Amino acid sequence: MLDKRLSVDAIVAELRDGMTIAIGGWATRRKPMALVRAIARSSLRDLTIVSYGGPDVGMLAASGKIGKLVFAFVSLDHVPIEPHFKAARQAGLPVWEMDEGMLHWGLRAAAMRLPFLPTRVGNGTAILDTPGLRTVTSPYADGETLVAMPAIRPDVALLHVHRADEKGNVLTLSSDPFFDELMARAADRTFVTTEQMVSTADLGLPDNARYHLAERALIAGVAEAKFGAHPTSASPDYQLDLGHLKTYAAAAESAEAWATYRFTYVDVASDVYLAAVGGGETIAALPVPVY
Amino acid sequence: MDFTLAELLITACAEAWRHDPEWLATGITPIPRLAASLAKSTFNPALMITDAENMFAETPVPLGPRAAAPVMEGWAPYARTFDNLWGGRRHAFVAPVQIDRFGQTNISVIGDHATPKAALLGARGFPGNSISHPNSFFFPVHNKRALVEGEVDFVCSAGYNSTRWLGGKKPVGLDLRLIVTNLAVMDFGGPDHEVRLVSLHPGVAVEEVHDNTGFAVIVPDVVPTTATPTAEALAVIRALDPHNIRGTILKGDPPGVR
Repeated sequence: MLDKRLSVDAIVAELRDGMTIAIGGWATRRKPMALVRAIARSSLRDLTIVSYGGPDVGMLAASGKIGKLVFAFVSLDHVPIEPHFKAARQAGLPVWEMDEGMLHWGLRAAAMRLPFLPTRVGNGTAILDTPGLRTVTSPYADGETLVAMPAIRPDVALLHVHRADEKGNVLTLSSDPFFDELMARAADRTFVTTEQMVSTADLGLPDNARYHLAERALIAGVAEAKFGAHPTSASPDYQLDLGHLKTYAAAAESAEAWATYRFTYVDVASDVYLAAVGGGETIAALPVPVY
Repeated sequence: MDFTLAELLITACAEAWRHDPEWLATGITPIPRLAASLAKSTFNPALMITDAENMFAETPVPLGPRAAAPVMEGWAPYARTFDNLWGGRRHAFVAPVQIDRFGQTNISVIGDHATPKAALLGARGFPGNSISHPNSFFFPVHNKRALVEGEVDFVCSAGYNSTRWLGGKKPVGLDLRLIVTNLAVMDFGGPDHEVRLVSLHPGVAVEEVHDNTGFAVIVPDVVPTTATPTAEALAVIRALDPHNIRGTILKGDPPGVR
């Protein structure tokens, strides 16, 4: 019987210094924050992080874990510019900046085991100045010069899902799956945290078929982490915690503020974290954000 | 009828979509968003519009807290949004930090890219948007820090600058439409797509535009005054923004006629 269940810390124990790690979700939505906090607590260093960035990037940057960031944006949405990212970026954090769609294309190329995918995106912009980024000429009659977006091949993808069984079948129930599936296909190994471990029967297939992220062979390990996306959302189970995101953002104001934040919310066990942010009932009752 | 400058700008921005076909109208930040909503609510109901998250809304969604959940008519997850925009069926009205004479814009960094003076958002979807579908630009403060001399600090979106085009050929989907600021409406209708004055807002002199722009602006012989909002437009704007979020975008929420 397949059993891929692990703990959050056991997933982090699979990671190594210098790895390229793709982190799922988008800005303040469905980020695997329990895993991110565990990485922040670890001795890991010099990670290349690939992300549609939110507090995952900011927290790892503030914790000195990032050697290089591969990104198109980092935002807390309601706090448009992520202050921890901003501080790290201004201190010279090495980056590979690109368009959102180029990041999609790079992951898709890796998922398809191609060296690159052609695109027009980047043409006419400073993104073309990226060292090592090449162009390719269409072999057909059009002869167009295109950007050859190279494959982005993470060693590991880390995702947060709503439901999983012990075999690695996973569902994301929120209304946008983002690019988690491509991250799983692009990466050598994918680990997920889940709001709930359920029996295979309780995944509710075929009714929930559209929520099934990818075939289970892509999923190397599953850890249950209820409220594991907090302070980002795992809608419909719970919404983002704007109050906590503001507390987190304010911790960028000084080294002392960050030390206090870390002491209270990062360097703690998951039950202590949950109590510190108001408990599960409070999180489950967070209001739907207005955009 | 009295109206604010914000309401005038919403009306001016809405014009960007007047003759557009049935496609996605995206307005980023409150004034362009209200403008897209106004265009859809009045003269171009075929436009598609999102709830600013991942659904197509049947009718424009009011800004801020609202009593009733709006009716949705379709699904717009990011993967589909990319597919749609690469297909060219969209006109976005965005609010960059900088723009230059080529229409190139920046939302990534101020200063050097490796060690910026100020890190901003990152290029987001600007590179792809700019070569895929029409784009227009909103600036709440028209000055030389926003409308810059030379090139923007980091070119996030393509403009009419052939030295940056692959093979020197204009990107297929590059189509820059309007620039709307707190002083004026401009387009790229000058020779070689130079920026051209389209209209001055009530009470604004052409010198004020020249003095606050880092690049030359072509001025036609006759420059009209920006059309003021109709009573119908004002009613739609006020219904779509009941908390007056539009009033927080411009310092002091000034009146529309100075």
